[in-house]
Amino acid sequence: MPIPSPFHSRTSKLCTSLRWKDWAGYHAVCSYRTCHEPEYFAFRHAAGLIDVTPLFKYEVYGPDAAALLAQITVRDITKLGVGRVTYLCWCDDDGKVVDDGTVSRLEEDYFRVTAAEPSLSWFERMARGYQVTIEDSTQRWGALALQGPNSRDILKQVSDADMDGLGFFRVVRAQLDGVEVFISRTGYTGDLGYEIWVDTSAGSTGSADSGTTAERVYDALTEAGRNFGLLPAGLDAMDVTRIEAGFIMNGVDYFSAHHCLTEMRKSSPYELGLGWTVKLDRGPFVGQTALAREKRAGSARLFVGLDVAWTDLEQVFAGYGLPPEISSAAWRDGRPVYDRDGRWIGQATSGAWSPTLKKNLALAQLEASFATPGESVEIELTAEYRRHRVTATVIKPPFFNPPRKRA
Amino acid sequence: MTPAQRGGRYDAVVIGGGHNGLVCAAYLAKAGRKVLVLERRHVLGGAAVTEELHPGFQFSVCSYVVSLFRPSIIRDLELAKHGMEIIPLETAFAPRIDDRGLCRWSDPGRTRHEISRFSARDAEIYPEFSLSMTKMAQLVRNIIDSPAPDPTSWNPAELFRLLRLGKELQRGGAESVGMNLKLLTMSAVDFLDRWFESDVLKAVMSVSGIIGTFLGVRSPGTAYVLLHHYMGEIDGAFRSWGYSKGGTGGISLACARAAESFGAEIRTGAGVERVRIKNGRATGIVLANGDEIEAKTVISSCDPRLTFFGLVGRDHLDGDFVEQIERYKLRGSSGKVNLAVDRLPRFHGREGTDFLRGDIAIAPSIDYLERAYDQAKYGEFSERPYLNVVIPSIMDPSVAPPGQHVISMFVQYAPYDIKEGPENWPSKRQAFGDTVVDTLAEYCPGLKESILYRQVLTPWDLEQEFGLSEGNIFQGELSLEQLLFQRPAAGWARYRTPIKNLWICGSGTHPGGGLMGAPGQLAALSMLGSRMT
Repeated sequence: MPIPSPFHSRTSKLCTSLRWKDWAGYHAVCSYRTCHEPEYFAFRHAAGLIDVTPLFKYEVYGPDAAALLAQITVRDITKLGVGRVTYLCWCDDDGKVVDDGTVSRLEEDYFRVTAAEPSLSWFERMARGYQVTIEDSTQRWGALALQGPNSRDILKQVSDADMDGLGFFRVVRAQLDGVEVFISRTGYTGDLGYEIWVDTSAGSTGSADSGTTAERVYDALTEAGRNFGLLPAGLDAMDVTRIEAGFIMNGVDYFSAHHCLTEMRKSSPYELGLGWTVKLDRGPFVGQTALAREKRAGSARLFVGLDVAWTDLEQVFAGYGLPPEISSAAWRDGRPVYDRDGRWIGQATSGAWSPTLKKNLALAQLEASFATPGESVEIELTAEYRRHRVTATVIKPPFFNPPRKRA
Repeated sequence: MTPAQRGGRYDAVVIGGGHNGLVCAAYLAKAGRKVLVLERRHVLGGAAVTEELHPGFQFSVCSYVVSLFRPSIIRDLELAKHGMEIIPLETAFAPRIDDRGLCRWSDPGRTRHEISRFSARDAEIYPEFSLSMTKMAQLVRNIIDSPAPDPTSWNPAELFRLLRLGKELQRGGAESVGMNLKLLTMSAVDFLDRWFESDVLKAVMSVSGIIGTFLGVRSPGTAYVLLHHYMGEIDGAFRSWGYSKGGTGGISLACARAAESFGAEIRTGAGVERVRIKNGRATGIVLANGDEIEAKTVISSCDPRLTFFGLVGRDHLDGDFVEQIERYKLRGSSGKVNLAVDRLPRFHGREGTDFLRGDIAIAPSIDYLERAYDQAKYGEFSERPYLNVVIPSIMDPSVAPPGQHVISMFVQYAPYDIKEGPENWPSKRQAFGDTVVDTLAEYCPGLKESILYRQVLTPWDLEQEFGLSEGNIFQGELSLEQLLFQRPAAGWARYRTPIKNLWICGSGTHPGGGLMGAPGQLAALSMLGSRMT
């Protein structure tokens, strides 16, 4: 049975829809009201606050911490400066992705890794012979993502951090309403946004009725957000934003190499659009040989974005006398993709209607020869219980990339 | 380098930098035409404009909600990339003085609970009504996404379009055809009477039938206007009533940036005096400062009266056409009052802000609305008018300082033709503003004490300042006799005019007013289709 997160006393009061699901063993809100759309628009136009505690977290410290992370991930972590965060993936010996996440360098010899799946035993197996300690800190850190154009203004009200100085993918230690936290300029929405990490083992620093450290942080952010359009947001809203941002999801857009029965199901970083995270030209790391080979020979499949032609879609539904029926929620049941002659060339793994772009979007893996932006392919569409194919145009994600994300 | 610097004359000069003019310009520029947009005021946007009239408060001065803006335009012109952000409205609240009123939510279950407080039967029928309206809105939506068919033409393409329209009308079966005919001819109240029994619900629903017209909720023909507005309320992907982030001017600015990205040139503070006409052809324009600009095509986004009588001149037009334009009904019937307030208004029996994340209608009963119209008929503004109120700063805090708010009120009836004569509106402006504030204050005690700044716009101001003849916000009533192939005049609904090389693209053309961009888009596509030089 899932367990409550450290913010549960707050989120459960707000979640009047009672729409919850299990996220990595935690109770997680799908949407606070029956409809997730206001939460989506809060992410894009004001700010949304989402509990991301269920992310797996690992503290890696010791003199060899950087060397270990450089060895087990595709990035040269030794080059990552203190106070910086990087996004990356890690592979098995065959160069197939095991998981993706972020690594923060909090001190010279102290890192924090986030992951979608439990990774302690994998990291520990790799760490033999290194002078490092790896701690599974998943339960220790309560995590909140505060995302949206007003997120910076909200944090300015309640934290002592230099928010204007905190650049994209930076992390800083700060006080938030008297509670010690880490604030990182990271997130999963492709917008201006931050994640706040609060140590729940630190205990309450104030009086009994001000609650735990996690509750205090939640309350302070909620109060400060009152004048900035802040809404508590759930996973449904975030799912739409992450597709607009072109971010893949473990277990949806790819499967960890550790869970695949067949080779076909596994993916390399290149096949997932994560080639830019792979630094080949350096000392040995897990998967290097295989990745170098794939880089030379080229990948069989490539990750793309699809823009499903609206007029085609309208026509299909019009054939049944219906207006286009598309869900406002993101979908994650895969759909086959074909070339113009009807030959199967790959799959769209998730997608969503983008209320901002007024486009029907999908993330897909296609045969490499179809992965050029502008290429026209066909995607399966079910209308009135019958299968159809409609045109989709290949585009390079992100679909939505506002300047404020980095500004 | 701007096209002007490259030398040579413009392919097209667009008069008016409102949203339709800018959309039209963007499409033409995207197709490679050399385009210049001229705006008389110092800011772009026309009636879709944001101005900071009080420090820290961004007012959507005229048009205050985005209705029906065509998604195809957002895609074609990549408006999201150019900064277009629309925040959908979530609620429709009808307060009452002595109880908690009626709030309709985007959550159908919650709406049903609210309506059943007034009538359990109505609550049950409400979704059926929505389904029925959706069916018809589907049909109308097809109409607004294409130019009006020409019933007088024997051109096979036109005949085909008419046939298609007929087929669509029939598709829903006899019931739907019947419903369409009813809609076209009935009053909003009669139409709603066939569905609902609760006066509270009917009153608030009927107001969609009168917005921007000089008609009452019991006047025939208002049922159609109701449908026209209903299209914006279709749920899901089509949900399109919303605020433009930062104010309505954001829509215009996004269109302007898109137009510029395609190479269009835009000038503000450049009022056009008249269209230059030689041998029945437009050859360019003359600016208010006397400068002349040559163009192969001139496009006016102004309303038909201003275009033909102001910029062209009657002597260039034949008598029949002049008469049609003279008969074209403008008859402005509404004003705007915008407030900056230092706190949120409070309503009887409701806490928090959930119910304010949309519009607020002061329309407590059908009789109230009809009485408001009665006064207007005899040349007075309503003592207790219908108000459509929004507080955009709740969902978009960027338009007001933290904790403070902007209240935008659409006010009907404020007839252009008051009995003292429209030119006497300025002397009644403050009395009109007081009436509006008094009306809202009946529902929100303490409102008056919270006001930091007040802007009052009468129909006279809308005409003088924004060039909307008779202050009509839609550049002409959306009544049936001046829609489709009769907008603005029979035979001239396809954006052409009797003056060769002069086109029109404003809300006074098909498919009409509202912030939808369709006239500008369809005019541009028609021009490009006709291989405008």
